[in-house]
Amino acid sequence: MVLFEFVFYMFAVVVIVSAMGVVFSKKMMYSAFSLLFTFFGMAGLYVLLNADFVAVTQIMVYVGGILVLIVFGVMLTTKITGVEVKSGMIGKFQLTVGAIVATCVAIFLSVMYMNVDWMTSKMNIEVSSTTGFIGFGLFTEYLLAFFVAAILLLIAFIGAAKIARRK
Amino acid sequence: MEIGLNHYLIVSALLFSLGVFGIVTRKNAILVLMGLELILNSANLNFIAFAKFGGLNIEGHIAVLFVIVLAAAEVAVALAIILNIYQNYHHIDVDEINKMKE
Repeated sequence: MVLFEFVFYMFAVVVIVSAMGVVFSKKMMYSAFSLLFTFFGMAGLYVLLNADFVAVTQIMVYVGGILVLIVFGVMLTTKITGVEVKSGMIGKFQLTVGAIVATCVAIFLSVMYMNVDWMTSKMNIEVSSTTGFIGFGLFTEYLLAFFVAAILLLIAFIGAAKIARRK
Repeated sequence: MEIGLNHYLIVSALLFSLGVFGIVTRKNAILVLMGLELILNSANLNFIAFAKFGGLNIEGHIAVLFVIVLAAAEVAVALAIILNIYQNYHHIDVDEINKMKE
């Protein structure tokens, strides 16, 4: 059990530290690459939570798709003139207000999570793989939502291609 | 100490507040998008944690899959809009963008 705790804290530290890198770093490319480590750490946490299929989906969609899109966005929206790719912060006052709001949100959520008596199930179910159950659920109970999501994805990508095309 | 539900929930709360901080304080539209991704990831972590500690029901996993699909669609459309804004304004400062078209 000690190994499990060690791995959990490792992934948690990776997620939080690289998320701080995303938020605080001055250069946009560093933010993008910190986001990569955040996504990988999240995949590790999913594996610890017995969610193997979701972990692999996280890596494939977030790292393979969304992060590549974001890096392309960073490259396409910066002038290639030798100027540092800076991501400006706003003034001191707004920064202070933002920090106060974020800290309040963190403290409020943490206190709430600690004080609520969650109804957790005591039985310890061991499953080797969740993929079969997810597939069964998607094609029986969630069939309509599955198809709606597929059509929405198609429409969104066609729309994105239409919007982004040069006139 | 055994790793329980609260550990995951606190990681997710920290991730959420970092995402809020990023959205509130950054001027660059792509960095606002990154903060949004952090918030979506924290929501996903909550879903998976409750799915596991609520007896490993599969509904949480399916909700997370739909959230991932929507995040992909959202990022694609948002980046297309940001590229258009860049063509019109030659910067993507969300503070200074105040016209829908020129």
